[in-house]
Amino acid sequence: MSLDRSDIEKIAHLARMAVDEDRIEGYATDLSNILGLVAQMDDVATDDVTPMAHPLHMAQRLRVDEVTEVNRREDFQAIAPKVESDLYLVPKVIE
Amino acid sequence: MQWETVIGLEVHTQLATKSKIFSGASTAYGAAPNTQACNVDLAFPGVLPVLNREVVNCALKFGVAVGAEIGRRSVFARKNYFYPDLPKGYQISQFELPIVGKGELIIELENGESKVIGITRAHLEEDAGKSLHEDFHGLSGIDLNRAGTPLLEIVSEPDMRSIKEAVAYARKIHQLVVYLGICDGNMQEGSFRVDANLSIRPFGQEAFGTRTELKNINSFRFLERALNYELERQIDVVESGGRIVQETRLYDADRDETRSMRSKEEANDYRYFPDPDLLPVEIDESLLEQIRDELPELPTAKLQRFIQTYALGEKEAKALTASRPLADYFEVVVEAGGETKMAANWVTMKLGGALNKAGLNLADSPVSPEQMGGLLKRIADKTISGKIAKQVFEAIWNGEGDADTVIEAKGLKQITDTGAIEPIIDDIIANNSKQVEQFRAGKEKLLGFFVGQVMKATRGKANPEQVNELLLKKLKG
Repeated sequence: MSLDRSDIEKIAHLARMAVDEDRIEGYATDLSNILGLVAQMDDVATDDVTPMAHPLHMAQRLRVDEVTEVNRREDFQAIAPKVESDLYLVPKVIE
Repeated sequence: MQWETVIGLEVHTQLATKSKIFSGASTAYGAAPNTQACNVDLAFPGVLPVLNREVVNCALKFGVAVGAEIGRRSVFARKNYFYPDLPKGYQISQFELPIVGKGELIIELENGESKVIGITRAHLEEDAGKSLHEDFHGLSGIDLNRAGTPLLEIVSEPDMRSIKEAVAYARKIHQLVVYLGICDGNMQEGSFRVDANLSIRPFGQEAFGTRTELKNINSFRFLERALNYELERQIDVVESGGRIVQETRLYDADRDETRSMRSKEEANDYRYFPDPDLLPVEIDESLLEQIRDELPELPTAKLQRFIQTYALGEKEAKALTASRPLADYFEVVVEAGGETKMAANWVTMKLGGALNKAGLNLADSPVSPEQMGGLLKRIADKTISGKIAKQVFEAIWNGEGDADTVIEAKGLKQITDTGAIEPIIDDIIANNSKQVEQFRAGKEKLLGFFVGQVMKATRGKANPEQVNELLLKKLKG
């Protein structure tokens, strides 16, 4: 599978990353090569293999339903860029 | 042209756990902003999610209740999108392998028939925070207390063919999750939110039309109104030669209309992939057994049992089984000696009315079900009349003790001694000769007048049946 310019632009947009115009071709080549590497898997017979959701062969451990956290708002908000009325302030996003 | 409506619903139920799905922060509603958002909820570097056991149990209870296939191995996935109320830049959800698979729910329609609605799946995910768009100098304020609150998203098949069916389904899901105790069902607080997908097609056509999605509806009334508006809108668009665009629309309750949400430049591309921070969740048979064993009696089964065991009409039984606490209350009343029909009436009408008037929940009722049962027992054994019972009820409500105490203290015991009632009747007959004459001349309606006089004289304590009998004997005799 090979990626073209518009794929790179789309991926960059979805990731909210600014990409220099003159590097797009390079990214397209590099990312296509990575996909090519992974595509080698297509040649392996995997019909009998259960898809893996996680490399560790373990099941999720569960936590008891208890409140263990205390209010640390002051600490967290001390390092936030903008705070008002106990709220984190962010650029306006209205859908 | 005749159009057929096709509706599918996605219901977001907040699960009634103490702590969040992946962190130990509290989920209590109404706390001061950002006091219940810990470093996991805020996506600090290096933190890891740990799944809450109770969240899994809640999902399994729902799955078992709707007879669903249980995902014995379910996987959490990242749903990637950027929004400020989602600090991680992705929502942890489930995609390919949800915890609850295909199931079904039976809804009852107005005409008395029932219909099976397919449930496609139900998956676990985390709720997002809240954005406040009031004026913060052109910025938005974010409260992340809700971020990480556990949600079970219940997705139906597009099986509903009318707005009434959709509302009936939503109500049934609501009743079920509250019965199961997995959700508090509080719609004002957003514990139960509905997204509706609606499309239309000409009757007889098999292929579905293009659907629109109505988001975040938080009352049954709004659901009905939003769907009504959207149905009319779609018919208008199609009949005037237009095409329905697949989009998300917001219901504006103030204007009673749906509006297109500014469509994003590109279609949602969430790039789901398994969350490497979480291992697959495995459900073993013993846990499932336990969940099945502990499952409470469900609304439909309870309704049937109430009709059969207590010889109640369907309407009464439905009213009583509408909520689990009410049904439980009724059963204690009956156990404490209340006759079933009378108990149904007193619990739904008298108590229900009094609670309503006082703005109280059943849980805060000043009259316990044991006290109610004790009161009804005294009506049944004719210690007091139904009329006096209302007076006793008020006294119990006001904290003056149980029925027997009140009856004793106020001397409300019904007079059933003929010897005590007869002289009173004789007096009344003697003092109302004109009415006696009229009665004897055939104006039998006057019997009510005499009964009233006797009741007044005995301050309501005479047994009405006995008074009737004695009066007739004396008046006609």
